[in-house]
Amino acid sequence: MTATQGGDRAETALRAAGLRPASLVAGLAAVVVAVTAGLTIGPVDIAAHRVVIQLLDGLPGVSLDSGLSDAHAAIVEQIRLPRVVLGLLVGATLSMSGAAYQGAFRNPLADPYLLGIAAGAGLGATVAITSNLGDGAGALDPVPLAAFAGALISVTVSYAAGHLGGRSTASLILAGIAVASFLTACQTYVLQANSDAFRQIFAWILGRIATSGWSEPALMLPYVVVTAAVVLRYRRALDVLAVGDEEAAALGLEPRRVRMIVVLAASLGAAAAVSVSGLIGFVGIIVPHAVRLAFGTSNRAVLPLSVLFGGAFMVLADLAARTALAPAELPIGVVTAFLGAPFFVLVLRTSRREIW
Amino acid sequence: MTAAVSVRALDVTLDGTHVLRGVDLAASTGEWVNVIGPNGAGKTTLLRALLGLVPFDGEIDISGLADQRRRAARARKLAYVPQTPVIPVGMLVADYVLLGRTPHRGVFAAETANDRRIAVEILERLDLGGFGERAVQSLSGGERQRAVLARALAQQADVLLLDEPTTALDLGHQQDVLELVDALRRERGLTVVATLHDLTLAARYGDRIAILAHGRVVETGPPTEVLTVQNIAAHFGATVRIVDDPEGPVIVPTTAAGRSQAASAPITQNGDQP
Repeated sequence: MTATQGGDRAETALRAAGLRPASLVAGLAAVVVAVTAGLTIGPVDIAAHRVVIQLLDGLPGVSLDSGLSDAHAAIVEQIRLPRVVLGLLVGATLSMSGAAYQGAFRNPLADPYLLGIAAGAGLGATVAITSNLGDGAGALDPVPLAAFAGALISVTVSYAAGHLGGRSTASLILAGIAVASFLTACQTYVLQANSDAFRQIFAWILGRIATSGWSEPALMLPYVVVTAAVVLRYRRALDVLAVGDEEAAALGLEPRRVRMIVVLAASLGAAAAVSVSGLIGFVGIIVPHAVRLAFGTSNRAVLPLSVLFGGAFMVLADLAARTALAPAELPIGVVTAFLGAPFFVLVLRTSRREIW
Repeated sequence: MTAAVSVRALDVTLDGTHVLRGVDLAASTGEWVNVIGPNGAGKTTLLRALLGLVPFDGEIDISGLADQRRRAARARKLAYVPQTPVIPVGMLVADYVLLGRTPHRGVFAAETANDRRIAVEILERLDLGGFGERAVQSLSGGERQRAVLARALAQQADVLLLDEPTTALDLGHQQDVLELVDALRRERGLTVVATLHDLTLAARYGDRIAILAHGRVVETGPPTEVLTVQNIAAHFGATVRIVDDPEGPVIVPTTAAGRSQAASAPITQNGDQP
């Protein structure tokens, strides 16, 4: 009898691992709250319930009257909704990529910019802006395209250089630091030579969730889908990788292959996010760590929940960015860093023993 | 008896250092072979070569494993208990043990009811039934070693490779772990290849002992033949006395003072005091 009870207890624990329905519900609730707030709050007051009805009305096969005027309906559907959706996509991607990097490198301080994405995108954007190719607005503007190219080139170079250095995660991280330093130096040089563009470049670097209609979300979506499909598929592999390359290999995993696929997929999404929204710091670190603190360390939970909470966090951060000093907008990178930096210190303090 | 694992003319070079040189070793199905040797002799490297974790020259045969390049197939044949396992922060014992099912389920698939049943059974067998929801890092040294062993057993492999499984444990827990391995070996017909520093324990629990020194197997045979004063002096640089015990030789280190005292008394060939 005792043995049976023990067995039942252990079996319950075995089932409990991974993504629990309650966690998923919490994540979805966070998204719903953030989206509703993002659509409701703004210079024009629009009641939350009308917003919800208006959105439901937009679903195929649903016909409801929200009572909103055409102008208000347009504000909700054509101005606020694309921006909220872009916030969801960017936040989800940066958080998921950060969580994936942390799992792949077994390093809680890894973020999506670890392999030089930020520096590469920054250089690409700086060159595009100083060459007067574009002004950084609009999805098919040369600035995001140059940023995207710069980000992907820097990750590729970091990965290639890291592999030459012995294939360990440490050599990969060091290669990323070297590549980032080099590209930042290049960017600073270009910036010094074109100081008139400084303000514009600085604004790009601080990041923003700005949309002109649906083009930015539409541009971002394919990369988010690819990144999410690959990274989420590898969530169990990342849990195996948590015991280190050697033991993971002894358990039948190909650690280097898993790391390469996960990191490249995460980098693709992060590069797309950076190219449409600039450099938004800390999201890739604070959201996954908050999720770990709340829901446990298994990547089976951390990765999908980072998607949901990352999206919700970014929508709320963007809401703060556009309302705190309205009608002026704070750069969103300021908001995320203002919240993120203290949290980051907290994580450093609590996980100090485990990292070192 | 068929060989569950055998190596022939195994050479391993790491960072320009010739770590293993022409190693020949075999373990029959159900046999327990202990590999002993001084620090840096290449014991861990030998296990890592068996696991396919280091490049090697020579031949490694694993019974029933045709294609050694597939890691999952190898992990279904060989389970590994490393000397210092990496314990992921926050991972629960249940999840940790289920990692042992990875080579059976594939990396993308969820664990099945069968995987959970196997994990539960092993947790019970290793007296970890109530520990499923505990974090592995919160366990004591002895419990943690059992959790690592549980993960290896969940692989349901034919061969268990143990790298210094008793190093961090007190005497009681050393005995517990080795007794457990021995019982499981008999229950499940496991083949055990272990590295051990404690020569007396190696003699107690091994059917055969191989001495590895400077990358070569210099002696191999039953404990009583291999564990001689001469062999231990030659390969470990240690001065010992060997006390015969019904359960196997007991290796006792001697002090300089003890030796000078003993020098005045007659000593038998085997180093035993008369």
